[in-house]
Amino acid sequence: MTTPALSFYVHIPYCLSRCGYCDFNTYTPAELGQSGLARTELSSRYMMAAIGEIERARRIIGESSTVPTIFIGGGTPSLMEPRDIAATIESIAKHFAIDGSCEITMEANPDTVNRENLAGFIAAGVNRFSFGVQSAKSSVLKVLERTHAKESVTKALESADSLGVKDLSIDLIYGTPGESMDDLSETLDFALSLPINHISAYALIVESGTRLARRIERGEIARPDDDEMAEKYRMIDQRLSEQGLHWYELSNWSRPGGQSRHNQVYWRGGQWWGIGPGAHSFVAGRRWWNIKSPIRYIEAISSDHSVEADSETLTEENVRDERIMLMLRLRDGLRRSDLTESQLKVVERFIESGGIEIESWKRGELVLTVEGRLIADRIVRDLVAL
Amino acid sequence: MPALPSRKAPQPAATNPASIRNFCIIAHIDHGKSTLADRMLQITEVVDARNMREQYLDRMDIERERGITIKSQAVRLPWTSDTDGKDYILNMIDTPGHVDFTYEVSRSLAACEGAILLVDCAQGIEAQTLANLYLAMENNLTIIPVLNKIDLPAAQPEKFAAELAKLIGCKPEDCLRVSGKTGEGVRELLDEIVKQIPAPTGDSAKPARALIFDSVYDTYRGVVTYVRVVDGKLSPRDQILMLSTGVKHEMLEVGVISPEPIASNGLGVGEVGYLITGVKDVRQSRVGDTVTTATKPATEALAGYKDPKPMVFSGLYPIDGDEYPVLRDALEKLQLNDAALVYEPETSAALGFGFRCGFLGLLHMEIVRERLEREFNLSLISTAPNVVYRVLTDENHEMIVTNPSEYPSGKVAQVFEPVVRATVLSPSEFIGTIMELCQQRRGTLLGMDYLSEDRIEIRYKLPLAEIVFDFFDQLKSRTRGYASLDYEPTGEEEGDLVKVDILLQGDTVDAFSAIVHREKAYAYGVTMTQKLRELIPRQQFEVPIQAAIGSRIIARENIRAIRKDVLAKCYGGDITRKRKLLEKQKEGKKRMKMVGRVEVPQEAFIAALSTNAESEKSKTKK
Repeated sequence: MTTPALSFYVHIPYCLSRCGYCDFNTYTPAELGQSGLARTELSSRYMMAAIGEIERARRIIGESSTVPTIFIGGGTPSLMEPRDIAATIESIAKHFAIDGSCEITMEANPDTVNRENLAGFIAAGVNRFSFGVQSAKSSVLKVLERTHAKESVTKALESADSLGVKDLSIDLIYGTPGESMDDLSETLDFALSLPINHISAYALIVESGTRLARRIERGEIARPDDDEMAEKYRMIDQRLSEQGLHWYELSNWSRPGGQSRHNQVYWRGGQWWGIGPGAHSFVAGRRWWNIKSPIRYIEAISSDHSVEADSETLTEENVRDERIMLMLRLRDGLRRSDLTESQLKVVERFIESGGIEIESWKRGELVLTVEGRLIADRIVRDLVAL
Repeated sequence: MPALPSRKAPQPAATNPASIRNFCIIAHIDHGKSTLADRMLQITEVVDARNMREQYLDRMDIERERGITIKSQAVRLPWTSDTDGKDYILNMIDTPGHVDFTYEVSRSLAACEGAILLVDCAQGIEAQTLANLYLAMENNLTIIPVLNKIDLPAAQPEKFAAELAKLIGCKPEDCLRVSGKTGEGVRELLDEIVKQIPAPTGDSAKPARALIFDSVYDTYRGVVTYVRVVDGKLSPRDQILMLSTGVKHEMLEVGVISPEPIASNGLGVGEVGYLITGVKDVRQSRVGDTVTTATKPATEALAGYKDPKPMVFSGLYPIDGDEYPVLRDALEKLQLNDAALVYEPETSAALGFGFRCGFLGLLHMEIVRERLEREFNLSLISTAPNVVYRVLTDENHEMIVTNPSEYPSGKVAQVFEPVVRATVLSPSEFIGTIMELCQQRRGTLLGMDYLSEDRIEIRYKLPLAEIVFDFFDQLKSRTRGYASLDYEPTGEEEGDLVKVDILLQGDTVDAFSAIVHREKAYAYGVTMTQKLRELIPRQQFEVPIQAAIGSRIIARENIRAIRKDVLAKCYGGDITRKRKLLEKQKEGKKRMKMVGRVEVPQEAFIAALSTNAESEKSKTKK
């Protein structure tokens, strides 16, 4: 009997400071009332708890599944000590089956890495890094309340490259209030000068409850404009394609072979276990998410209690809807054979209006054009609301 | 079954007309008519303390809650006069208190010889009361002026006694003063009714003639018809004949209300009571019609019969299209009890299947809508109300238009619209603002009189269409609620009217078509196009919203095409949230209406059609 593959997401819920646009489940030491706690101690205490959840996962699943990918995200995973990251990966390897082909990605903040800890993370097993760059313009970074300088980005990526890591990615944010087309163009120039094979570019989302949202409400800064976002997306797609980075998901571009395998687990309906506070998991048709507070999470794990906050079991309709919703985001997601008669009619309509590539459709593949990608949620809605 | 009081009270069908007094009470909403009626029921001992409840005669919940009386009733009150010690029968005929029911009021008045003019002496007379007073005077009724609520601290009986005296031409000291609440002065009022109001006259030897002044559908008994006998006698075994239609009915029961129905041996000259014939629909027993006997029929009908004529029309649509059959059944049921309600099926490209309904006026419309929603649990969209237009085309073809979307698009030679004579009563400080409003609404000043030093009566001729469009709300908000309004249809006049269509991407949205005065067409077009631009979400393509008179565009807005509708990030932790949002959108999409290729959320239609959105806003500001 083949054991179904199980990926791992490990959430690191800490940051040195909170960026103004961020609504992730992450905490600064001050927010936790633990300003006095040394970083190294926080690291070891938290990773111990994470290992506790990995052990729980093994007990619950009851067998040693193959682990194709691990993703350590956050938060700021690079705040953790390399030895604690190593212990975490070792625990997964001990309780599940990992081989040399396992993709192990870690998110990193250019400010919190140096050659030394990068080498430590690599030694722990990390073979792919994703750096939060966001923009090359300090004026834009200031609005986002990002702390790093452009120079530290170059340095961090060159270090990782020189240490032999082939899979390097950066995150960009476009559409920040005050960002001009020229600013974005400069950011793209900068990005393309780096030794990377993957870029994720996200339109800035103003999440309610963030500092950014409050500043916009108060009129201190302008609200991002959707039409401008669309212009920027077009520019990004064009510039990256020209330089050999092609889209494979709505917000992700890579050189051949550089795609994130881990993220495709999410989009293609694969199974994963999310470790850490607030992390979501999806195993055997059931999705659940953990309690959000790191303190309560650590307490629960140390007393061997469940950390699950809530869950849902997907109905057949849920599965169908999610499949369309997620697979449509991919360059090679949906095929003609996946769709019903009435959905095909919807596709025809979007082919007519230029949202879906005609040539690919003739081969039976549903591929969105740039225009289509920009209204992907609308296409999804029309496909599922029948 | 309650029995008549055991005293020697005269019995139905055996009452000398000389002992009968038929009267009604003319009063404004809230001026205490129902409370006064309660006291009369108690003092004449037709209801004992144990069975007494407030506003005894108001049957329907909706009446009690809104403080208005929709259906009139007649109560037989035996009364031994304190003055002469003789026994009398007082028939109190209740009248509806609102402008929309003027015809019903006039028939109730026609069944009486006298009227109590009841006025709250903290507020003074209101426009509708004044209109009904004039109606009573035209019918030669004896008017007994009565000031109510003398127990209130804010009462100003002297001031309003002077006002009433001036209006009806009596002395201020002739105004009786009562408190419906405490009962003070009510006995004296009953004696004055006996003293002042003439007894009915009629010929008992002539063929029977009885006036129908109300007709009510009862689930168990069918239609209950209220009549006042003028000549002859109606007996339980008579076969009766309706003079307007020539239809005959078997009489199943005849009786009086005191205040519960009691079957009797018949009804004689001057008496007031009810008939039950087994008819199931009030339209077969119409207010104003004359009842006679089939065996010895009268030939001449009593004067004043009119078919109820709807003045205001609106489309009613179920929000959930599946509820169309429920709406149809509900209208059918309401019509059993409402001879003035008319409806016919209508299809709107924008709103689906519904009914075009005709009403006597705005209040009638509101009541029907509220009853549909409350009693039948329906959620409805109603289109903006409109009046009836008579259109003559260039080919001299005549059309009656009750739905703006049916207005001929070809060459229109002449359009006629209904006009009303409106009476506004108000403190005189608001003269300017009231005249301004009436002028804006194409009014012509007919006259103005001071009722007292600081109260004024202003009369205007106005197109009914202007009244239908939030006139009353405007009047109230501009006079801080002090002005009152009454109007009566006075015919039709030619108007410089045009139909304004609203087009979405070139397709006319029938629900938004309106017939407006040429000078207001531009304003209507601009308002509607702007409203819709706010309400309709961006589509994949640019959507022009235009207002047009025929093929001429008078206003235009654009909804820009949506350029971006995608969430940038969708990773493991985002999936559940995003799917739930999608489920909501799926639900929302079901409630989308398609206008051509444009998706319009139902909420947009509702919001765009609500004419009182602005006046409501201005209310909350205060």
